[in-house]
Amino acid sequence: MSLKSEQTSAHGGVPETTAPYQPVFVGAARAELERLRPSYPTMQALLLPALWIIQRERGWISEAAMAEAGEVLKLTPAYVKGVVTFYTMYHTHPVGRHFIQVCTTSPCSICGSEETLAAILRYTGCGELGATSSDGRFTVIEVECLGACGFVTPIMVDDDFIESVTPERVPDILARYP
Amino acid sequence: MADELLTVTIDGIAVQVPKGTTIIEAAKQAGVLVPHYCYHPSLPSPALCRMCLVEVEKSAKLQPACVTAVSEGQVVHVSSEKAKEARKGVLEFLLINHPLDCPICDQSGECELQDYTFQEGRASTRYSEYAKRYNPVEDFGPDIIYVPNRCILCTRCVRFMEDVAETPVLNVSERGDRAYIGIAPEQELDHAWSGNVVDLCPVGSLLSKDFLHKARAWDLDKTASICPGCTQGCNINIDTRDDVVVRFRPRPNLDVNRHFMCDYGRMGYRWLNRGDRLEAPLMLDGGRLVATDWDTALDRFGALLDDAAGPAVLLASGRTATESLGFVRRLLDRPDVTAAIKVPLGDEAPLAGIPNLALRRERVPNLHGAQLAGYGTDWAAAVRAASTAGLVVLLDPELDRDDLAALSGLPGRLVVMGTLLADELRGAELVLPVTTMAEENGTYVNRDGRVQRFLQAKAPPGMARPAWWIAGEVLAGPGPDADAPATAADAFARLGAMYAAFAGLTYAELGLTGRMIPLMGTSGAAAGAAR
Amino acid sequence: MGFPYPSDPRETVLLSKYFGDAGARSYTGWTERGGYEGVKTALGMAPEAVVEEMKASGLRGRGGAGFPTGLKWSLMPKKADKPHYLVCNADESEPGTFKDREIMRWTPHALIEGCLIAAHAIRAERIYIYIRGEYTEPLAIMERAVAEAYANGAAGENVFGSGTRIDVTLHRGAGAYICGEETAMLNSLEGKRGNPRIKPPYPAQAGVFGLPTTINNVETLAAVPHIMVRGAAWYKSLSLSNPKSTGTKLISVCGHVARPGNYEVTMGTPMRELIYDMCGGMRPGRTLKAVIPGGSSVPIMNAEEADRCLLDYEGVVAAGSMLGSAGMIVMDDSTDMVRAIWRLAKFYAHESCAQCTQCREGTAWTTKILERILAGLGKESDLQLLLDLSENMTGKTICVLSDSCAAPIVSGIQKFRGEFDAYLAKARTPAMATA
Repeated sequence: MSLKSEQTSAHGGVPETTAPYQPVFVGAARAELERLRPSYPTMQALLLPALWIIQRERGWISEAAMAEAGEVLKLTPAYVKGVVTFYTMYHTHPVGRHFIQVCTTSPCSICGSEETLAAILRYTGCGELGATSSDGRFTVIEVECLGACGFVTPIMVDDDFIESVTPERVPDILARYP
Repeated sequence: MADELLTVTIDGIAVQVPKGTTIIEAAKQAGVLVPHYCYHPSLPSPALCRMCLVEVEKSAKLQPACVTAVSEGQVVHVSSEKAKEARKGVLEFLLINHPLDCPICDQSGECELQDYTFQEGRASTRYSEYAKRYNPVEDFGPDIIYVPNRCILCTRCVRFMEDVAETPVLNVSERGDRAYIGIAPEQELDHAWSGNVVDLCPVGSLLSKDFLHKARAWDLDKTASICPGCTQGCNINIDTRDDVVVRFRPRPNLDVNRHFMCDYGRMGYRWLNRGDRLEAPLMLDGGRLVATDWDTALDRFGALLDDAAGPAVLLASGRTATESLGFVRRLLDRPDVTAAIKVPLGDEAPLAGIPNLALRRERVPNLHGAQLAGYGTDWAAAVRAASTAGLVVLLDPELDRDDLAALSGLPGRLVVMGTLLADELRGAELVLPVTTMAEENGTYVNRDGRVQRFLQAKAPPGMARPAWWIAGEVLAGPGPDADAPATAADAFARLGAMYAAFAGLTYAELGLTGRMIPLMGTSGAAAGAAR
Repeated sequence: MGFPYPSDPRETVLLSKYFGDAGARSYTGWTERGGYEGVKTALGMAPEAVVEEMKASGLRGRGGAGFPTGLKWSLMPKKADKPHYLVCNADESEPGTFKDREIMRWTPHALIEGCLIAAHAIRAERIYIYIRGEYTEPLAIMERAVAEAYANGAAGENVFGSGTRIDVTLHRGAGAYICGEETAMLNSLEGKRGNPRIKPPYPAQAGVFGLPTTINNVETLAAVPHIMVRGAAWYKSLSLSNPKSTGTKLISVCGHVARPGNYEVTMGTPMRELIYDMCGGMRPGRTLKAVIPGGSSVPIMNAEEADRCLLDYEGVVAAGSMLGSAGMIVMDDSTDMVRAIWRLAKFYAHESCAQCTQCREGTAWTTKILERILAGLGKESDLQLLLDLSENMTGKTICVLSDSCAAPIVSGIQKFRGEFDAYLAKARTPAMATA
């Protein structure tokens, strides 16, 4: 594939970078994907794992990265984008250094998770959902049911799953994520 | 092997259909239209619009007619209250975010959302308090724009590109009510067959830039025809408005082009609208061409034929109808004749998902009809032969600069039957205005040997006549007893006496989907294999 | 056990016995606790015999539908002339449900063992365990457990020396509730959008990669080793009410109870007993108002219905709802039902895959109407409109996500109409600033 710059998305207002795109699937990442290959009868089935690898390596999945995944797995860019945008955990825009997901679905909502969410928005200075704090440290989103309804409020900070978060606990918890 | 037949009753009408038939197709046999959006007979069925839900006796839930196979003794209700209510519900949901900008929508008048709402929808909206979903119009490709606000997400376009064109540049992006049809970054909908997505779109979401705001659907006259773009012979409709051709659209023929046509063919209609047409017979008189009447012109043509000595050359167009090719060739039925058509070549562009469907290299519709009528394809040799011929007849060929140079110095020996007259040919003895394929009835023979009819879509300019008529009149000679064909049907029926391949065929037998005949030469094998 | 709280004597701890016991996570720890005996027994039996044992046990799917497990396995082709697959549904994402998570966190080998037995029974050489993307900790634990299983010959080319090859692959989801629907899961596993498929064909004929596939829930599979070890008759005897509901059921209890958590009870246990005895009742000073018993997709029960409800497949139906995934959302008298229902509708609107018209548009529209009502701008006609739309969203789509959105709306209006009316009459302070 051609070396393309990370594209500015029409929807996101992502700052354009001029650095040429560096492929993800070289070296160890490529080997990781190759190791998964025998577990599936089709290349296509490696798409979700491949997207996870991209997100781990780059923090988000750019259109150039989608194209690369398509190239590696013999899928078209349109196909890859259709899949990426279906799943809410894949970031199609850069996010803060720490990505916080706060569950506010009914079981959490009736037990006060919105107050926890408000406390997190206050602490991080993000102001609104989906926005990144001005220091680039946090992005906060509301997430649908995290599957820990007995332990309100469950939140995820990056890959860490934290239960029973209350507004009072927010500063201590988030202080661990500089 | 005969398929097992099952009997099903649809809205009280019993029909027998082969096992495996879907309810929606069986309903067609019963004369019942099951309203639908996502279903299309040439695409895989995702059963997602839920418009075709029908009541099937002994089933608790309504069933999607597009994917439910019939079973013996099944009783289906398409117009029951329950089914109608379900459709009304779907229509209501589809309309809540639909802009209702029908007055400025190209699809208006041929819109399935409009039609079904007109038939069965609610009289008023219950979604009055909210803003509708809004996304900006997107440029999808050289001839296609996407108006997402009108989109009902039936995904026909996505499936066409994915499963038929096998070039998936479109997708469904996002999910829920945020979903829209997406196009791959930095890609365009520029596949050789991509224009079909505009036809497939049941609403005015995918539009042709070429046709944009050009005509209202209800002002169009549709005429069954054959695409003049290549030897594939895709069945089309010519849409005209006030005798102007405004677009070609595919007309279903499961054996030739299913429901599709290529973009090259689709865009090949402008020549039919030229304003600088020959409108009257012209005869050389005192060094210049002067208009005359047909009787005089026909007499002059007869005389020229009688007087011509030595070899004759007939240069024709591959877009000429078989009838005209046949009769004009018969006119020059003499020992030393070179008859040829010009066959422009281009790249073959197959539609991957449909067997035996492609934009063919040979970019004329009637190569095989011409061959059956005794025309060759060695154009260069024929043009060379013209310089020494005693008589040269042009049957509306497409001439380039070299051709014109070669043909410009043939005083007293040149007869032009044409739609246009190049300046270089103003020395012709006789110029006879002929009709284009849009202005006459006729037939083409496609590459598989399928003889297919096209119908007159617009009036010819001035005194222009089909070439078969001219040749027929000349062959019959003057006088009241002369037996010239009066109609294209008549002319076609008489072709059999001249060319064995057409023996016994009539327009009635061809119908509108054509009939196979054996071809000349190597392509004949294909005719044997096809139905 | 009512993890994270100590086990209650009224529970029947089978699957949850080692919740909280980190020692049970390792291969050695698990074998010390009697693990991997069931699969050894099964491998010594013909696949048909294992299927018969499952049928005899009365085990039914714990994911929501309650389809008999043995019958499901028996629908797989008898010949293995092409690959068969077992897919374990670990995409737990039904609001109110958090039981599979604890099974994977504490007893990963129980799940692996159940998978191996099922794979043997359906002649599958590969198991995919599809874990929702948010379950990072369960995934990490499962990864270690699978590696250990391979290292100890419990998985791979020769499972426990039986000559049978069974591979285990963990597959991580990426945030889509609908992938818990089994055919959507198959598409997701294939690297596609998680769109539910039209049935037929059913997965046993053409499942993942177009090949015969059985999909079972985590809890279902975790119960399987117990049946192999202690026998179908014993398992079938665990039934307090209806003989069609056997064994134990993990009930995730959340909401306004004193001790939310996972409780494992014998089928047929009264809901009363669970809420008031095991969970410690409602929060102090509060009374029960409503229960959504089977994850958010089932009809809401009022206090009276909850009071007489027996916790098994038939018992919950008799009380006006469905057992579903047995994620019980308990709501006390402080709950704003309209708001709770709105939040569910919003969930479904967010999660609709966008295929079916009714679901794509209906989930979003009903959410907007509920928002309008909450903002004090509702109209008298709104309740009928909600009911009409719900009717149009029920029983008409490829999967049941649309139905699931409608169920709480319809039952909510039926059973808590006064709360809607209060908003409509502006007798209640708007719970939302603007619609």
